[in-house]
Amino acid sequence: MKSINTLFQRKTAKLMLSAGASLLVSGVVSAAPVTVVSWGGTYGAAQDAALFDDASKNSGIEIIRESGASMSKTCLQVQSGSVTWDLVVTGSGGSASAAADGCLEKIDYSVVDVSDFYPNTYTDYCVGSDVFATVMAWNTEKYGEPGSEGAPKTWADFWDVEKFPGTRAYRANNVDGALEPALMADGVPADQVYEVLSTAEGMKRAINKIRELKPHIAVFWDSGAMQAQLMKDGEVDMSTGWNGRFDNAKKDGATVGYSFDQALLDYDCFAMPKGAPNKEVAMKFLAEVSKPEYQANLPFHITYGPTNKKAYEITTAPKELIESLPSHPNNVPKMLPVNLDWYSENRSKALELYMELLSE
Amino acid sequence: MAGTTQSVANGKPPVHTAELKRQAVREQWALLSLSVPAIVIIFLVIIIPVGWLFYLSFIGSEGQASLEHYRKMIEYKSYARAFITTFKVSFLTTLICIVIGYPLAYFLAQLPARWVGLFMLAVLLPFWTSLLVRTYAWLVLLQRKGLLNEFAMDIGLWEKPLKLVHNLTGTLIGMAHIMLPFLVLPLYNAMKKIDRDLMQAASNLGATPAKAFWQVYFPLSLPGMVAGALIVFVLSLGFYVTPAVLGGGRVIMVATQITAILENQFNWGAASALGVVLLVATVLVLVLAAKLFKLDTALFGKG
Repeated sequence: MKSINTLFQRKTAKLMLSAGASLLVSGVVSAAPVTVVSWGGTYGAAQDAALFDDASKNSGIEIIRESGASMSKTCLQVQSGSVTWDLVVTGSGGSASAAADGCLEKIDYSVVDVSDFYPNTYTDYCVGSDVFATVMAWNTEKYGEPGSEGAPKTWADFWDVEKFPGTRAYRANNVDGALEPALMADGVPADQVYEVLSTAEGMKRAINKIRELKPHIAVFWDSGAMQAQLMKDGEVDMSTGWNGRFDNAKKDGATVGYSFDQALLDYDCFAMPKGAPNKEVAMKFLAEVSKPEYQANLPFHITYGPTNKKAYEITTAPKELIESLPSHPNNVPKMLPVNLDWYSENRSKALELYMELLSE
Repeated sequence: MAGTTQSVANGKPPVHTAELKRQAVREQWALLSLSVPAIVIIFLVIIIPVGWLFYLSFIGSEGQASLEHYRKMIEYKSYARAFITTFKVSFLTTLICIVIGYPLAYFLAQLPARWVGLFMLAVLLPFWTSLLVRTYAWLVLLQRKGLLNEFAMDIGLWEKPLKLVHNLTGTLIGMAHIMLPFLVLPLYNAMKKIDRDLMQAASNLGATPAKAFWQVYFPLSLPGMVAGALIVFVLSLGFYVTPAVLGGGRVIMVATQITAILENQFNWGAASALGVVLLVATVLVLVLAAKLFKLDTALFGKG
């Protein structure tokens, strides 16, 4: 494996040398473009409009945009020794697992400035790009507008099928953000959730609580697009999911609302595959997109909050929009921040148990 | 040399036995060499990757040889359940395809030639449409506020929306629709080859039409049906898209499980182990079916 790698690298080096030589001959001097990979749908489009296009223009760094970001594909590239991606968007939990597997490059914080970032929105291997919340959303026609009398408020309400009769949707094939709501519904205070989840009994308690609701879970969703579609089609009456997807569904005419009470506070981030072909320039581009002036534009396109505090100071977005963002100081105290340490320690075990429950 | 001289002495043309033999061998090798490109391709795209799959499934998380992935499959019930679901869904899909497909193929085989094209188009047209489009079309039709439920409730067929999708029912409807042509085409082919005079002969000998069908026509069409059913069954075993979209996360097949492992744990070894077990289980089931139903002809081409 190793010898193939070095052979491959030598070949690439030769290719790059000859490519460099031909560039010199033709008199063009420019850095190779940086390959930036994100997700499809409204999320990737929002990042293009708010972050990538302007950052590329202002810094003069040329980028190639690809979709289909995934940490498993990143690890596959790294392990097979043919890395073509420079920056990859990922969830915070995914980046922690990939880093543990040795698939990621360390972030150079002498280049990327995170001094104005919220705490816990960056790690050694990933720089936060936006803050989102895993919330419970419901059909407002059926259960009322958020905050109104009798509308659902807590995870206990999500589980209460007598007070709120109807169908539910919950996460499929992935345990991220699936166990915490169950424990809160079972009466565990938010600040003790991870403590309880760290014991075998606690994990079992969460699984049993989901088992209790399972007959009423009509659909298990496996993507953000599906959360939005289920609410738009009225296929289910209540669902867990990512706040920005529900806001965009509402913009499309869905009667859907959600609240930040007891929601899970989490963030997406940029990671760099180990052995990224254009590492140094990519690090510079990462420093550029992390500046507050770009993040300040993100709320116009999707309701995910900035990770850079300064973005709140300089954004021109209307007050109402700003106050609806998950990282806004008014909303943060209502939520439970996702604990990455718990995930790096317990994720595989929790996933096995959750899959076992789903297969029942 | 001695033999040759003798033949000349006998007045017969000389027979170069050794040379003939050599030429025969050379010809065999030449013919065999024609298949070399095919063998090389099969080796490159099937043997090596499958061998790699087997190898990976026995490599533990620390890079050592280990059975940990197989042990995990016993430890957690979700794996056994995924295999049961996979075989159940595949079996039911095959059954539905036979029940719908046999009369359809029979109908097609009886049609006059000028009509066959038109009706065959009805079978083939969906076959040419994207799998994903057809699957999502079923979702639009079958969901709670879908066309079928709304229509049926409007005309008073049922009062509350029926649960037609995001479960096993929806998965089977979608799978049967997608797999039907794989059964109908070989079956139609087999039926077309049945000599119609045989049916007349049977009735000449006093058989009722039903008896003639069951004793003459049906056994003759059986090899076509078995071939089609096997294609449907084996294709269904590895199916991912339709159960993922129409199963609503409740129909967890082996392919779903593999995706979950790869997407969330980047664990190639565990995913490979699942692939290996599915492959072995499939071969076992096919061999067993061959033994039980005497399908050697259809399966292995033996006469």
